[in-house]
Amino acid sequence: MVKLFAFVIGAVFCVALLWGAVVPRDAALPDPVAKYHLAPKEVSWQSDGVLGTFDRAQLQRGYQVYKEICSGCHSINRIAFRNLTAIGFTPAQVKALAKQSDIASIDDKTGEPNTRKGIPADKIPGPYPNETAARAANNNALPPNLALITKAREDGPSYVYSLLTGYKDAPADWKVPDGLYYNPYFKSLNVAMPPPLSADGQITYSDGTKSTVQQNAKDVAAFLTWTAEPTLEERRRTGLGVVIFLLLLTALGYLSYKRVWADLKAKKPEMLAAE
Amino acid sequence: MSFPWAKHYEPTSPFMKYVDSRLPVPRLIYDSLGAGYPVPKNLNYFYNFGVLAGVALVVQILTGVILGMHYAANTAIAFDSVEHIMRDVNGGWMLRYMHATGASFFFVVVYIHIFRGLFYGSYKPPREVLWLLGLVIFLLMMATAFMGYVLVWGQMSFWGATVITNLFSAIPVVGEAIHTWLLGGFSPDNATLNRFFSLHYLLPFIILGVVILHVWALHIPGSNNPTGIEVKGPQDTVPFHPYYTAKDFFGLCVYLTLFSIVVFFLPNMLGEVDNYIPANPLSTPAHIVPEWYFWPFYAILRAFTQDFLFVPAKLWGVLAMFSAILLLFFLPWLDTSPVRSNNYRPLMKQLFWLFVVDIIILGICGGKPAGEPWLRISQIASAYYFAHFLILIPIVSRIEKPLPLPNSISEAVLGKKAGVPVASQPMGAGHAGIPASAQPAE
Repeated sequence: MVKLFAFVIGAVFCVALLWGAVVPRDAALPDPVAKYHLAPKEVSWQSDGVLGTFDRAQLQRGYQVYKEICSGCHSINRIAFRNLTAIGFTPAQVKALAKQSDIASIDDKTGEPNTRKGIPADKIPGPYPNETAARAANNNALPPNLALITKAREDGPSYVYSLLTGYKDAPADWKVPDGLYYNPYFKSLNVAMPPPLSADGQITYSDGTKSTVQQNAKDVAAFLTWTAEPTLEERRRTGLGVVIFLLLLTALGYLSYKRVWADLKAKKPEMLAAE
Repeated sequence: MSFPWAKHYEPTSPFMKYVDSRLPVPRLIYDSLGAGYPVPKNLNYFYNFGVLAGVALVVQILTGVILGMHYAANTAIAFDSVEHIMRDVNGGWMLRYMHATGASFFFVVVYIHIFRGLFYGSYKPPREVLWLLGLVIFLLMMATAFMGYVLVWGQMSFWGATVITNLFSAIPVVGEAIHTWLLGGFSPDNATLNRFFSLHYLLPFIILGVVILHVWALHIPGSNNPTGIEVKGPQDTVPFHPYYTAKDFFGLCVYLTLFSIVVFFLPNMLGEVDNYIPANPLSTPAHIVPEWYFWPFYAILRAFTQDFLFVPAKLWGVLAMFSAILLLFFLPWLDTSPVRSNNYRPLMKQLFWLFVVDIIILGICGGKPAGEPWLRISQIASAYYFAHFLILIPIVSRIEKPLPLPNSISEAVLGKKAGVPVASQPMGAGHAGIPASAQPAE
């Protein structure tokens, strides 16, 4: 009886599915974006690979690029000033950096809104107080928070680098709406962000590194890889120890397994039967 | 429980005698995981996965309880609290990656455990209840994993929750009301997040309870084995401790090593990048996919494109997806072949591997955008899924001529030629009946 029911139900599902498979469907409209969209450029990063680390000097340059250019529109407020000691700033430098920022607060006597000087424990404040203000200032586009951007895009660091260096003129058959810019690395090809890195030497590095658009883009992408996961190096360092320990434990586990079973495997069948 | 030749717990120290006569917990452990539990001596590495699933559950509960101390189930700050765990909680990144990766590993282990049961016929009498309890655990796991993924409150959390809860609105007449009742609103919002957190915290402990029943049900007939034949006597078994504790410990070490490699070096390999974008009800991702362990069922859900027999395609998809899991509950009565192990079922063995390929194809289709050619492939693969369980298995179990079974596990282990045909030795076949321990030891 169960089998009969099963047979009927199975047959109905199969017919419904195969009916769907043979019925002709309208051909899907070709995606116009797919023709021009490009995957991120291949870039090698020091943070790549099993034991990749961060280049502290590069992260500091990247922070400079963020601070002088990106921070005009984009926030990274998952990072606090105190976190910057991890990329090589001294506590005194961090304190000085924090002091440059005004943090929204309330007057502790009157309760009126006011601002105070930042301290290292503050998150690095973004340029806008809220989303409405951000949209109002950017032709209704919302500049995303960049703190997690390299984890929120496929091949994140290379994506950021490609986007920053990928602006070009649109092909003849591609219409770019007013106020948007053509960039083949952006998902819809039309990005609201004007090219932020337009000329070499836009930034002056204090460590003597030649400041080109490519270099700026690479440095800021490396910095944003760090902001997305400041614990990356610690994770890999811990993991190396854990995996080595477990490999040793696995070897010992295998040896003890073999030893425990040795007497059983060695026994003759007659002895087993007599047990 | 267990076989007549099982050793019995005999406390030696006065203290253990005192405890054993008042609360015999040491005896319970000894009889279930110690030397008092005789196990077939021919179990292969696939039999490690039951213990591994138990460990995976404990890892999820331990990491989850600590994550719960730092997580905030409120739509305004849920995503931020997860990032707070990643950045500011001591070792928080490790806990979260262990928990997220642990869910995937739990499913890997459980899928291998289920396929092992399918291959060696572990669902057949006298182990049907054991199989059914396992499926209950599987269903609870799916619910728990789904709700846990929503807690992150990223884009894929939100839109996954939207898509999956929308399935209930396909139910005729009452669907919309059920949908609203489940969500506590018309779309996923704070009420949804709160109840999902509450249930996500509750269900693992219910799973733990069902796991205890599952292990209990295992200890009545004892473990199945790769030959699928009954234990005939003491020469066929070894005590669980030290033989299988040693083997399980080795298996556990291998498992933990692989787990650690993913946790520490590839923690985001199994996740979607979109879930690092905070949930935004106003922006739909281009491609909504659930976690990989739901892909085969997601492919079945999307495979119905035509209204059929006056039932809309969407309802067909929902019915088929739930049926795809629920039909497993009837498997012990669909496969009536008296031979358990596919090692002795030439036809069924081929079907088994075809089914594995089919599931993998469905999984690939479920992870792809809904479009050609994936849609047509998933339609054919889904049809085969139902045909496998509901049509082919019942037929094959009737017409197949199994290979001769060995006379005993010992004989199979020692590699003797099996000479006795199936029909002449009913004790080796599937319906030896409960309790196995009633059989005389040879």
